[in-house]
Amino acid sequence: MKKIVISGKDVTAPIILTLVIVVLALIANPLTSGVFFTSANLTNLMRQMTTIPGLLSLGMLFVILTGGIDLSVGSVVGFSAIIAATATVHWGLPIWAAFLLGIGTGAFWGFVNGFIIARFKLAPFVVTLAMMTLIRGLIYVVSEMSISTRAFPAFTTLGSAVAFGIPISAMIMVAMFIIGAIFLNLTPLGRSIIAIGGNRETVRLAGISVQKGIITAYVISGICSGLGGILLASRLGNIQPSLGGAFELDAIAACVIGGASLSGGKGTIQGTLLGVLILAVMNNLLSLRNVDTYWQWILKGLIIIIVVLIHSSGSKKRG
Amino acid sequence: MSLVLRDIRKSYGFAQVLHGINLSADYGQVVAIVGANGAGKSTLIKILAGAVTKDSGTLEMDGTPLNLKEPRDSINSGICTVYQELSLVPELSVTENLLLGVLPMRGGFIDWKTARVRAKKILASVGFNSVDETSKILDLPIAKQQMVEIAKALVSNPKILILDEPSAVLSGSDLDSLYSLVRRLRDQGTLVLYVSHRLQEVLDLADRIVILKDGSFVAELDPKEVTEDEIITLMAGRKIDVIYPKRRESFGRITLAAEGLTRVGEFKDVSFGLRAGEVLSLFGLVGAGRSELVEAIFGARRLQSGSVSIGGEAKSFNSPAKAIESGLALVTENRQRTGLVLMHNVNENVNLATMRGFFLSLSERRNKSEAMINEFSIQPSHCRVMEAWQLSGGNQQKVVISKWLLTNPSILILDEPTRGVDMATRAEIYQKIDELASSGISILMVSSDLTEAISMADRVLVMREGCLVKELNAADTDEEEVLAYAIGGIK
Repeated sequence: MKKIVISGKDVTAPIILTLVIVVLALIANPLTSGVFFTSANLTNLMRQMTTIPGLLSLGMLFVILTGGIDLSVGSVVGFSAIIAATATVHWGLPIWAAFLLGIGTGAFWGFVNGFIIARFKLAPFVVTLAMMTLIRGLIYVVSEMSISTRAFPAFTTLGSAVAFGIPISAMIMVAMFIIGAIFLNLTPLGRSIIAIGGNRETVRLAGISVQKGIITAYVISGICSGLGGILLASRLGNIQPSLGGAFELDAIAACVIGGASLSGGKGTIQGTLLGVLILAVMNNLLSLRNVDTYWQWILKGLIIIIVVLIHSSGSKKRG
Repeated sequence: MSLVLRDIRKSYGFAQVLHGINLSADYGQVVAIVGANGAGKSTLIKILAGAVTKDSGTLEMDGTPLNLKEPRDSINSGICTVYQELSLVPELSVTENLLLGVLPMRGGFIDWKTARVRAKKILASVGFNSVDETSKILDLPIAKQQMVEIAKALVSNPKILILDEPSAVLSGSDLDSLYSLVRRLRDQGTLVLYVSHRLQEVLDLADRIVILKDGSFVAELDPKEVTEDEIITLMAGRKIDVIYPKRRESFGRITLAAEGLTRVGEFKDVSFGLRAGEVLSLFGLVGAGRSELVEAIFGARRLQSGSVSIGGEAKSFNSPAKAIESGLALVTENRQRTGLVLMHNVNENVNLATMRGFFLSLSERRNKSEAMINEFSIQPSHCRVMEAWQLSGGNQQKVVISKWLLTNPSILILDEPTRGVDMATRAEIYQKIDELASSGISILMVSSDLTEAISMADRVLVMREGCLVKELNAADTDEEEVLAYAIGGIK
């Protein structure tokens, strides 16, 4: 395949991904007999992608950049959602405090993940797999049954409010992506996170704390999951203890579609955003067409493999 | 002749490591191959083992040409190689390692009883009765592992056996079993190619001694007619290539003082002082503990005892970060593994050790890396946005050195600064080292290149088996003397 290079960078894959989105958008209207490009559907689409894959992919990207993986994001979403709801309904906390508590617990779980992985040099897959199970269990300790927040209209504002046709929650997501991009590209800590995934020993010998970088990445993932959790809770109004199950898969998928390498050191915020859009638009289209869920899974699987093939054809030379 | 090598040449990138080697040997001989570091012994062995392919030249065995593309080709032709780095599977037992791929089966299952008996027989047949065939490899001391490795190579009854520093980890009775095994194999008609730094054993064991230097054949000798000193002289040789800068004349105060530095098994009781504006080289054979020593000084390994002081102030670095704050910089031995983030671009790599504060200035980073690219003429000139793996070895090395120069070090440690670097870049690096030293920076240079270690330095420290054995004034010594201390020819 011929490569497209702009100022020394191979941009073949991002251009192909953008084209995929354009094509999806072009065929969207005919496919859905005009429903896709209605403001109601677009608003809905934006709202749906906020947490998953949106915010979770952003957090996941930082972890993947270090060469790790965070399987606990779905459980963290469930935990912060249930904590925020419980704090509002049962503990009588003000809504803003309940939301902050939700984000805070997300950050806490991220720290626990990062600390164990960095301090004891354990495999991220194993640690976050264990934490995924552990946190899911704790959710049921907090509440065995679903919690309804309908009696607290203010609780649902954040997740459902729309300004200028754009959901507030989607704006928050975009803001987080911008903050994430600034952090990753313009701060020493951000650059060290991506360098750690590239070559941990080189980074250590350059006088940079590898532990700090790794812990930060997991805390970011935790914060994104916590925020994603309360936004989702706020949109749903009725929070099940099973909320967030299997969310990690879409989050990882969006990163990978966006060009991130699971061995670390490679991946961008804008690529991940493209991955999020592709997954979200695809989900939306297939739902509007009333395609059975299992066909959606099959298609999603195929798309991931095809996109990864496109990405790898660009970097084969290194071998 | 049973094995004939003609005009074997090999380059890695720009660096030619073998300049046309000719060698022939017969079955039933022990041929020792000796040479200083970088003489090309390892590459030659790897070509015979099929681990590396030659650029040109021919290999012949029993009169038919050999085409070795993969290790499998060599093994199928009857050539087995035992490397210095062991290739055993640590989690598996001696039995499984010996019979890997050929475990006896019975009714679809592994027949462990037969397997153990067979393994025991193999060990006994090579005289390594002291190895327990049921132990896991990782539970065995390194000497026993080495014996298993050798036994494994003999399972297929090779016609040619290559041993790379087999005695390096052995001692006492293990050495005796190795020597008698080598003699027995020779008497049974095997050709043994024996690489070793231990000249005494080479003289005892070999039928012929082949000396290599800088990738070229130097001499072939009869051990009965030669002395250790003569071998050392030939290994050291003379070479005229790069022009080295003149030595500096005046030095400042002691900037780095090491006192009794020790890490068990790596180096022990090392003391020295390094002055401002001085180039101090640390010479030794591979495994003498030099890299470990400089990494410990830099805080990348923990010192077990001893102390380091910088500018007269005692310091204890528990991380490289602290050492960098005190003005140290370390260009590591292996740029691909520890010097660079290969998948990231030159801009990122050059700025890696100097990221401070909360926000980075992209323009400042760009200017700094452009400045280093110009100053050091790193090629190609637009390499700032190229990923490090795309550059040649010499340019990669310049990138690593640039990264450390940006930290404004007062003490620069260079571990093998010109390894795998082409001649032109070598000269540029030498010039840079001289510039830095002349401007008052202290330079500690680890080098395995004899000529470089002497010609670039003001003083030479020689290490052997973890100990500092000699300090020499670079102007008053020569390659022969330095090598003799490193090998242990002079006590």
